[in-house]
Amino acid sequence: MKIHEYQAKEILTKYQVKIPRGRPALTPAEARQIAEQLGGAVVVKAQIHAGGRGKGGGVKLAKSPEEAEKLARQMLGMKLVTHQTGPEGKIVERLLVEEALHIKKEFYLGIVIDRAIGRPVFMASAAGGMEIEEVAGKTPELILKEWIDPTIGFQPFQARRLAFGLGLAAEQVGRATQFMTALFNAFMATDASLAEINPFLLTEEGEFYALDAKINFDDNALFRHKDFAALRDFKEEDPLEVEASKYGLNYIKLDGNVGCMVNGAGLAMATMDIIKYAGGMPANFLDVGGGASAEQVKNAFRILISDKNVKAVLINIFGGILRCDTLATGVVAAAKELNINIPIVVRMEGTNVARGREILAESGLNFTVGENMKDAAQRVVELGRGVVTQESPVH
Amino acid sequence: MSILVDKNTRLLVQGLTGKEGSFHARNCAEYGTRIVAGMTPGKGGTTHQFDGLQHPPVPIFNTVAEAVAKTGANVSVIFVPPAFAADAIMESADAGLALVVCISEGIPTLDMVRAWNFLQEKKTTRLIGPNCPGIISPGKCKIGIMPGHIHKEGQVGVISRSGTLTYEAVDQLTRRGIGQSTCIGIGGDPIIGTTHLEAIKLFNQDADTQAIVMIGEIGGTAEEEAAAYVKAHVKKPVVGFVAGQTAPPGRRMGHAGAIIAGGKGTAAEKMKAMRDAGIHVVESPADIGAKVEEVLRK
Repeated sequence: MKIHEYQAKEILTKYQVKIPRGRPALTPAEARQIAEQLGGAVVVKAQIHAGGRGKGGGVKLAKSPEEAEKLARQMLGMKLVTHQTGPEGKIVERLLVEEALHIKKEFYLGIVIDRAIGRPVFMASAAGGMEIEEVAGKTPELILKEWIDPTIGFQPFQARRLAFGLGLAAEQVGRATQFMTALFNAFMATDASLAEINPFLLTEEGEFYALDAKINFDDNALFRHKDFAALRDFKEEDPLEVEASKYGLNYIKLDGNVGCMVNGAGLAMATMDIIKYAGGMPANFLDVGGGASAEQVKNAFRILISDKNVKAVLINIFGGILRCDTLATGVVAAAKELNINIPIVVRMEGTNVARGREILAESGLNFTVGENMKDAAQRVVELGRGVVTQESPVH
Repeated sequence: MSILVDKNTRLLVQGLTGKEGSFHARNCAEYGTRIVAGMTPGKGGTTHQFDGLQHPPVPIFNTVAEAVAKTGANVSVIFVPPAFAADAIMESADAGLALVVCISEGIPTLDMVRAWNFLQEKKTTRLIGPNCPGIISPGKCKIGIMPGHIHKEGQVGVISRSGTLTYEAVDQLTRRGIGQSTCIGIGGDPIIGTTHLEAIKLFNQDADTQAIVMIGEIGGTAEEEAAAYVKAHVKKPVVGFVAGQTAPPGRRMGHAGAIIAGGKGTAAEKMKAMRDAGIHVVESPADIGAKVEEVLRK
């Protein structure tokens, strides 16, 4: 789960991570008011779930409250395009207005789980403010790493090693290690999957700040952080993905025109791949899960075809726990109720497959049956292109 | 032959009295797996009967240690809700079980970090999973949620991160008359017990496994590490596939571990590493069975 910068900072400050003074604003008047209260120059920052905001014109300095109001008026409602938003960009609905600080130097701090080691890894780099992927690719030696034993936690010597490694002066190291320890505590306490401070700022006055902050939460741990639900911004998510999540369906919208409905994440990915291999492009990833009900299958279908790009649908099910007859019942109910008129190719295998095929045949609807994955993929790609008119009805 | 589980396996089911546990344990028992104990805190002293099976009643215990002491269980399978699963893994390891298979999906990553480090210290327990279909040695022992009937006893070892995609591959093999020695679903989470690399080592040592199928997916570097080992040590033919060739970066594709992050973990990189190691990589998941048949004929 992703959250906004201002939300991440509100969380971090609870764990004694130092952040610039500031507040979120929804209107230009509010931005002005916050700037007046802060006094002096402020920074106006667009709040969207994507990086690269500065380059896209989403972070600007205002020398007066009037200027803050003017900038806010320009930014609110504008479409911000960055390298992470894609060409369609994102509409700015909220700003963060913060005090402007006197920058001496910028660093990078980040914590993730190193899956190969099975431990959190604390990363620090003197190449702050830059895209860390770029640093990692070109000059990996500039990223310092400390792996953390979960039973003893992040130790002061590790923080000191990072701080000295960043080239900090002896009198700055104490404050930097305090900051890093606070960040690690926040990471663990919130079940984060990523905590990133970029830039990690050293001011002319010798203080450290989280100038920007990004926290992603582990979706599997959300059950023990009920308060995080309020932080979710549905406007940042694809409406179909939000709808799918209500039914416990795993749906991700893509750019192609072949809709797919599959059980199991691995098979769903493999189905997308085989569609491409057959010359088409998948319109989505959709995993209906291991034990889907007929009702869930129906909802999955509805969501799948409400994507207007979808020209044909491939249903690929290997019935283990999810039985083929349950699936077929759901598909038939959905096709009838939703009055579907695009081609549907069904490939089923496994538990109760014979009964499943019967249900499809008895429905009176025109399904195309794929003999196996390859055959099903070829058929659906052809049908999506509209070049094949002959369909083999279910028998 | 087979690896890790066979006719000598004496299975303990953690969460046997729950809905998932009782359903799947019954299927395992029906397949022929010897289930010697169940564990549900608070239900110790009772027994569990599988409806319609000739299986003896299974005694339930309050702790894993007691279950092991009284029944000689040597493998456990975990069907408990994700919030309690890491604890269940550690309890099994603490009781000295050599193999723990965790089916549970949705375990918080930091819970798994703690459990994984606990296992590393113990050094005596192998974990399969979590978030996996389990392990099956066809004709001998099934531990997990896979449909038993699609498997066939034989000489090909199968390793996969995914459930249904494993069934797909196994089905392709069985339809060609090619049996399997053991099939392991290692799980789709970022932190798992047995990796591709370790499973390959085990199959490489197993005299009766003649070929290995390795099914990877996007995210992490486990496939690359396994490929490096294959290049240096494995003479048996290995057939590979990587799911997620069309997956966009930064999106979690169902499995918590299936995500291309920071430009790393793409299918293209993994397929290249596998090809460089001499692994027979197929681009289409429909070609796995045919490729195995081809390499076995050589």
